Amino acid sequence: MEMLSHDILIVGGGGAGLRAAIAVAEIDPSLNVAVVSKVYPMRSHTVSAEGGAAAVIGPDDSLDDHAYDTISGGDWLPDQDAVEAFVKEAPRELLQMEHWGCPWSRQPDGSVAVRSFGGMKIERTWFASDKTGFHMLHTLFQTSLKYDPIQRYDEWFVTKLLVDDGRCQGVVAIDLATGKVHGIRAKAVIVCTGGCGKVFPFTTNANIKNGDGMALAYRAGVPLKDMEFVQYHPTGLPFTGILITEATRSEGGHLLNKDGYRYLQDYDLGTPEPQPVLRSMELGPRDRLSQAFVKEQEKGRTLQGPYGDYVNLDIRHLGEKIINSKLPFVRELCLKYENIDPVKELIPVRPVVHYMMGGIHTDILGATPLEGLFAAGEVACVSINGANRLGSNSLTELLVFGARVGRAAAEYASRQKGNGAAVAAQAAEEVERIERQYLSGGGKGDKMVDIRQGMHAAMESGAGIYRSKASLQKSAQEISNLQDRIPGIRLDDSSQTFNTELVAAIELSYMLDVAEAIIASASQRTESRGSHQRTDYPDRDDNDFLAHSLAVRKPGAAPTIEYLPVTITRWPPGERVYGR
Amino acid sequence: MAVDSLAGNAAVVAGGEMVTLEVFRYRPEEETEPVYQAYEVPVHKDWVVLDALNHIKDHLDGTLSFRWSCRMGVCGSCGMMVNGDATLTCATFVESLLPGPIRVGPLENFPVVRDLIIEMNDFMEKLESVKPWIIRDEEKSLEDGAYLQTPAQLADFKQFSMCINCLLCYAACPVYGLEPSFTGPAVIALAQRYNLDSRDQGAGERNAILNTDEGIWQCTLVGECSVVCPKDVDPAAAIQRYKVSSTLQWYQKLLMPWSGK
Amino acid sequence: MSANPQHTPYHPRWYRASMPIFWWMRRWIHARFILRELTSIFVAGYALVYLLQLRALGLGPEAYARFLDLLRSPLSISLHGVSLVFVIYHSITWFNLAPRALALRIGDRRVPDKVIAGLNFVAWISISAALAWVTLKG
Repeated sequence: MEMLSHDILIVGGGGAGLRAAIAVAEIDPSLNVAVVSKVYPMRSHTVSAEGGAAAVIGPDDSLDDHAYDTISGGDWLPDQDAVEAFVKEAPRELLQMEHWGCPWSRQPDGSVAVRSFGGMKIERTWFASDKTGFHMLHTLFQTSLKYDPIQRYDEWFVTKLLVDDGRCQGVVAIDLATGKVHGIRAKAVIVCTGGCGKVFPFTTNANIKNGDGMALAYRAGVPLKDMEFVQYHPTGLPFTGILITEATRSEGGHLLNKDGYRYLQDYDLGTPEPQPVLRSMELGPRDRLSQAFVKEQEKGRTLQGPYGDYVNLDIRHLGEKIINSKLPFVRELCLKYENIDPVKELIPVRPVVHYMMGGIHTDILGATPLEGLFAAGEVACVSINGANRLGSNSLTELLVFGARVGRAAAEYASRQKGNGAAVAAQAAEEVERIERQYLSGGGKGDKMVDIRQGMHAAMESGAGIYRSKASLQKSAQEISNLQDRIPGIRLDDSSQTFNTELVAAIELSYMLDVAEAIIASASQRTESRGSHQRTDYPDRDDNDFLAHSLAVRKPGAAPTIEYLPVTITRWPPGERVYGR
Repeated sequence: MAVDSLAGNAAVVAGGEMVTLEVFRYRPEEETEPVYQAYEVPVHKDWVVLDALNHIKDHLDGTLSFRWSCRMGVCGSCGMMVNGDATLTCATFVESLLPGPIRVGPLENFPVVRDLIIEMNDFMEKLESVKPWIIRDEEKSLEDGAYLQTPAQLADFKQFSMCINCLLCYAACPVYGLEPSFTGPAVIALAQRYNLDSRDQGAGERNAILNTDEGIWQCTLVGECSVVCPKDVDPAAAIQRYKVSSTLQWYQKLLMPWSGK
Repeated sequence: MSANPQHTPYHPRWYRASMPIFWWMRRWIHARFILRELTSIFVAGYALVYLLQLRALGLGPEAYARFLDLLRSPLSISLHGVSLVFVIYHSITWFNLAPRALALRIGDRRVPDKVIAGLNFVAWISISAALAWVTLKG
């Protein structure tokens, strides 16, 4: 079969992938770099980020402060050398975005404005009104167009990493428009496919976030790191997962259970006052609010809706005037996408999965243990986020580590010569596998939606906000059963032209592999830290678990879990104090 | 955002009122002319047209093909014609279209690849052609810090930077339908976004592409692009302002040939 | 640069609908647009009549008197009546569009669209009134 060929191939055209592509093009224009993305790059999920991007800018701020906030916020699981590199390069990267045209919000004198953000002690969050991710992604995409060496394969979907001779040497991808499956050779492959929120039933993540890159690397034998750490946001809309910002609560919104009772007072979160009080009640930390929801659910005091249990967020008492002036975007989202008017109606909310701290194991440059394979962004775990990511660190992360991984891959690729001969044969084999498994109509008739719902139920009940040995064991079994059903999926669609059903089936198989890694990692970590809460092990255990988990796939069996000590440079583990 | 498959379950359980969706089908392997296929879909207060399409995909017909991702009006994937109007299907409630039937088709003025999926590489090429990036005579180094830009200077172009490339404006533009060579509303608005940015010096370079028959002068100011825009970008205004400024430049050059570019 | 296949207007597998001749009848906003475009003919007609009037004036008093007679004919008056309606429609829609083309700034504040359109209308009405006053007085 005919193979396409590039020096560097980037899988994923979101913020990290585009930043990496530009870094390659700038450092060595003679390198031929291509971005393969299953959607047009400006559709990537970076587009949905609202809040901002953190980097030290003010005279009263310091790199050490940013590093400390990040490390303590991550419950001492972040690698401190990575965090130090991150906070040091962050301002330069955001400045680079400014030079590329990102419309950062400004102060009256024309300098870049920053605002405060949860978990950051000092104002250091750069923002472009409430559409920071949107503006960053479009700026990166438009800027990438000026670099001739950057080529794109838009709406191509990667199904396999090609590994030969212990090196990653390319990918196999489906051109969705024509249905043709191509092998693409590369001296280095960078995976930037984002997170995997769609493994869970309730998530802020877009439909495209299926853990593709994590599963691709996992199947190629690369460890997935810290996969048990899944960040929840306490107030998302149950049906769509649309995020209702913290601002609704800081303006004085109340969380009510089915009896109209402000239930947070029962969970050691202060006493109800008419006016909002910092760090108390509705303004408590995100994870504590999410956990209170689960307790309330266990007591049967949540409400039941068509999409599961929920509680109500009440902002009606603020009045139309305040809602319109202080929370216009919240009202717009509710009205436009969910047909609810928060001026007159209660907003149904529940905790929703928001961000994946774990991901492909990489070093501080973005290199994975598999030679020739690199990763950056939410798909990767460097790790700077540890057990809990701070808001506005992830947009900066994709810039800093996108640029780093681009430079590292460029340096690596310029040292490599050609590809091994076995790669073409592997690609041909993959083409044949897709045809046989999905398009030959030999399935036993399992409907995809059933498997997906089974996965969602297993993850929600067993590996959600609270986990225990029993719940994780049960879910592990369920996920394993669902994996066995993948070969029997029945596709209605056998077309070669834009077969979205085929893509969804492969994505589902990716998600199940990622789910397997999440559950196995959570089972082995018998402590509670950050977003990982075990009911049977409620305390943090620095003796045994000040370490990253590494899940390595074992086909046909549960993955093995190994541990890698956390790198501590200057900040010894302390108590994680909430709400600073 | 994530519309979960549980939604499908809820629908089945809830029963109740149903509505008919007539959906445009075109499968190049099977048919040379498109047909409309009818599906019965339950009505829910919080369902948008996209949710109804996902219900069909999950439970009724896995072959129906369409693009979607964020379901919160920012990724720009799910633009379609709903009852003849170009709209984001994630922001159009089924309830608002009752009693139906609701007719869903691919965006007009584009070739159809399959079902509700249009071919948009023409747009992508046009987007690149207007050099939508900051062009400077001399790049400022990062060591010299940020460019100063007052909130008023930001406001000059901010509106035109809000485009999500959903292509509704192209579907609504009869000029693009009649003359596919037309650069089109979103791309010209994006060019203006950079022209009006105080950090940019590339207006001259872009002018060579835009001040042409295929560029701004093909626009006859129907104005529908700005009506359908879900982000209030107002591309019609971008184009008209461009016409005014390039006309003024033309006169300036005519009357004062010695004055710069 | 994109590695995607170059866009081509025609592709054997794509379906491409062609625009029907009466596409503008399907939507009110399009019909209104076509109407506005049509009114340009009447604006041009007015200009033509004015040029002919100048020419008649140049040909001498006799020719000018004949021209004025022509203008007084019922056909001419009814044509003028119809034209007036169209030209007023043209002017109103045109001035309403003016804010689209004009982004005026005074200090740090954008001049609101309504003010820009309003100024156009005020100018239009006062110039018309001034001309009417000069003409009718004489």
